[in-house]
Amino acid sequence: MSTRSPDSPPLPEPGFAPRASVASHEASARSEPLPMSGAKGAPLPLLAVAVLGVLVLAGISLLIGVSHVSWEALLAPSENQRAVQVLVISRVPRTLALLLAGMSLAVAGLIMQMLARNRFVEPFTAGTAESASLGLLAVTLLAPGLPILARTAVAACFAMAGTALFLFILRRIPLRSALVVPVVGLVLGAIFDAATTFFAYRFSLLQSLMAWTTGDFSSVLRGRYELLWGAFVLTVIAYVVADRFTVAGMGEAFTTNLGLSHPRIMALGLAIVAMVTAVVVATVGMIPFIGLVVPNVVSLIVGDNARRSIPWVAVLGAGFVLLCDIVGRVVRQPYEIPVGTVAGVVGSLLFLHLLLRRDDRVG
Amino acid sequence: MSASALRLEGHERRLLLLGGLAAFCVVVFMTVDAGGKWDFVLPFRARKVATVLLVGYAIAVSTVLFQTVVENRVLTPAIMGFDTLYLLLQTSLLFFLGSRTMASLDSRLLFTVEVAIMVVFSAVLHRWLFEGGRRSVHLLLLTGVVLGVLFRSLSSFLQRLIAPGEFDFLQDRFFASFNNPDPDLLIVSALMTLGASVLGFSLMRTCDVLNLGRDVAINLGVDHRRTVSRLLAVVAVLVSVSTALVGPVTFFGLLVANLAHGLVRSHRHVHVLPAAVFLAVIGLLGGQLVLERVFSFGANLRVIIEFLGGLMFITLLMRGVLR
Repeated sequence: MSTRSPDSPPLPEPGFAPRASVASHEASARSEPLPMSGAKGAPLPLLAVAVLGVLVLAGISLLIGVSHVSWEALLAPSENQRAVQVLVISRVPRTLALLLAGMSLAVAGLIMQMLARNRFVEPFTAGTAESASLGLLAVTLLAPGLPILARTAVAACFAMAGTALFLFILRRIPLRSALVVPVVGLVLGAIFDAATTFFAYRFSLLQSLMAWTTGDFSSVLRGRYELLWGAFVLTVIAYVVADRFTVAGMGEAFTTNLGLSHPRIMALGLAIVAMVTAVVVATVGMIPFIGLVVPNVVSLIVGDNARRSIPWVAVLGAGFVLLCDIVGRVVRQPYEIPVGTVAGVVGSLLFLHLLLRRDDRVG
Repeated sequence: MSASALRLEGHERRLLLLGGLAAFCVVVFMTVDAGGKWDFVLPFRARKVATVLLVGYAIAVSTVLFQTVVENRVLTPAIMGFDTLYLLLQTSLLFFLGSRTMASLDSRLLFTVEVAIMVVFSAVLHRWLFEGGRRSVHLLLLTGVVLGVLFRSLSSFLQRLIAPGEFDFLQDRFFASFNNPDPDLLIVSALMTLGASVLGFSLMRTCDVLNLGRDVAINLGVDHRRTVSRLLAVVAVLVSVSTALVGPVTFFGLLVANLAHGLVRSHRHVHVLPAAVFLAVIGLLGGQLVLERVFSFGANLRVIIEFLGGLMFITLLMRGVLR
């Protein structure tokens, strides 16, 4: 993360307290100020630095690739038509897709963590992404002719159903510990995955399945990524209603006490998360751990107020995906390593770090 | 089994029943639809059955022993990422040695070396995970699951760095699969399993004591640390064997071990271990039979096992087995 906010303030060790589930006895251990207290606002200039960092990464992302594209060639377009074409048809869409996917996935992760009231949840660790790809498979099998928008809509429905099932199972688990939650999600994801693989195998679709489960931006071209703008719109909506998620994150009773409808906020949040996930899975595939790692890091920097943290989450999410993609493209030129794989390695390492650095407080 | 076979106790009767069912599966698998060409069918199927028996045995025994060591019914070597660790090891060996070096080495020797490294690795992993103070089971579980994801991603990362030709080589090595077992590998695996079993057998009674919990076991005079590291070596060998033969099967061990505990209703390893092995054989051979003959599906068994095992895992959690 250091590349994007090189001079982030020394983190005041707030610990990695899960956003207290009701049954969690770890709740008392949180030394973090309450979300609404706003004592820990990170200065705006820092956010500007982060944005600048992401822009630099985006610039790098535009310039690397098999076909040589240099600034000089672009500045003298008459001599080198090809560079401009490469840029417009391939590079710019790819970089935009990376930015959009990173932003929306990270924010989706944040929302999910607030709704499930658990810091280890994200579309990848809650079965959402897997159920979305099950939905895609169902469309491919049953109605192959549907336009991409309809396919995505079906995937979103599946994603929502899968996530609802996840939340339902969570409610049924006695002695819910914050750490069991992602395990349930990962296993649920494995179950969906098994079902998907089963049918894909039966109908010889394993290869297409591989293509849409591993996050990969190498096939992004103009005309093939625009749906991701939809995910961006959803992210903006999330920002607009951010305060509601903050409130919902404090519990059902608290929410109701403030005169808000808890189920309605939950439904709204679920819908946003499911649609974002479905769009990303349908266009580029799964990118694990972004929605998990980024919000957690942000929460260390700016605290838990959604209104304040969403811009950070979006910016750092975009930066994270960009960085993973750049690494994947540079390591083995001219071949590529899909971003999903790179994110799997980096993300799981970061996640392990987040998990194990708090072990002194787990009895 | 006691000498007076006429008066069997409940769990012994159930054990016999399971054994009989397993044997029945083997016989049916060997003979069904042979079409008279016995001299071809029998050796061909025998190799398949041998693989299944070996894999079923390895998975069942390693899971039961591992659960005894960690004193928990939900953790299994596969869930803790052990078999993905083996895959990673395979991939990195190819990555650093290259296929030419690997092909020039004796595959049996190579496998032995891999298993040896695996034993060392799992010992280190275990020390790191289990002996760093009193960590909660939940933390362990989550760490294991994420380690699994990490190992898997790392392997596929390395696989992407490997040239396509080399990758084919790797894939051949990875999954001998039930249908096409490598006879050399099968023999080495069998020998290793045998060796591990001898070691495990000598510890069987101590395992019953371990079941009482770490503190009680130590109190009763068990050298806990030594026993546990030996048992884990056995587990590591068995995990390597099963992964080398058919690849990772995350939830199969969980399914078998928990069914075995539930069915024999005995805490003694003399009863639980064979029950788990029988169940594994029934599950693999019987499942394959049903799939092939009844539904005429292909080799989808692993996927179905994953599905059922995952369901069982969640059921276990909902019943509050994990504390």
